[in-house]
Amino acid sequence: MATHSHTEEHHITSNKTYIIVWVALMVMTAITVYVSYINFGMLNIVIALVVASIKASIVALYFMHLKFEDSITWVFALFPLSLLALLIGMTITDTFTRTIVP
Amino acid sequence: MGEASVEHTHGHHMDPVVEYKSSKLGMWLFLGTEILLFGGLFAAYAIFRAKYPEMFFEQHVELNKKLGAVNTCILIFSSLTMAMGVSAIQRGKQKATAILILITILCGLAFGVVKYFEYSAKFHHHIYPDTSIFFSLYFMMTGLHMLHVFIGLAILAVIMVLTLKGKFTAKYNTPVEVGGLYWHLVDLIWIYLFPLLYLIG
Repeated sequence: MATHSHTEEHHITSNKTYIIVWVALMVMTAITVYVSYINFGMLNIVIALVVASIKASIVALYFMHLKFEDSITWVFALFPLSLLALLIGMTITDTFTRTIVP
Repeated sequence: MGEASVEHTHGHHMDPVVEYKSSKLGMWLFLGTEILLFGGLFAAYAIFRAKYPEMFFEQHVELNKKLGAVNTCILIFSSLTMAMGVSAIQRGKQKATAILILITILCGLAFGVVKYFEYSAKFHHHIYPDTSIFFSLYFMMTGLHMLHVFIGLAILAVIMVLTLKGKFTAKYNTPVEVGGLYWHLVDLIWIYLFPLLYLIG
């Protein structure tokens, strides 16, 4: 931060970019809703979660400006996700490796 | 956010750039705790879904997919207007910012109205949080999310009033940006809740 000589260096995203992002989000929403009417078995969950994650990434990168943030903000944004993965991963592993059902 | 504006009116004890950056970093840290708050419920969802797949499949069809999709569109649109509002204040356009935040607030209210109809339809069919584990999770997850929508609406209302009073400029607009981050998180969580509860069973 000290190396920054300029005081106000905001990256202002253009409305055009935001509208493109919005259209992309709407298209992906339409895809998930459409796919939910077709039975792909377990693949339905995978598709829904992959599309949701792409949507979430776009929201974070563009609407939340993460794309233009410094590395420390990226650490603050991503670290909770690794904790979340640990939380869900460990809980599931525990639940499904127990021989005695609680 | 309140702190940032208090600091501001009391005069700068901090370098404005440092103040701006630390406010934003503090918000990201808070959003991390929010993700973990919902994370506990997502973990519960994962376990019960894996244990009782039939129940999830049979009961998720009770949810109104169309209303869920409408609410998804409303929230995504509100995120767009919020992001445009932040850009507008960074360009010093106070009136445009206030209008864009107003649209965001109206979308949030519309989301609440749709949710109200959804909940009342459930109650009408005698579906309550104690009906099953699936509906327990449904009411808890969407209810906690709805609470966040209300908090977000309160924050946005304050920001809108302060914008109209001319408190924010192209040079100082940290609360608008940080409040916007909170609103986007509400959208972010719904992006996962919608498919998990309404679409896949």
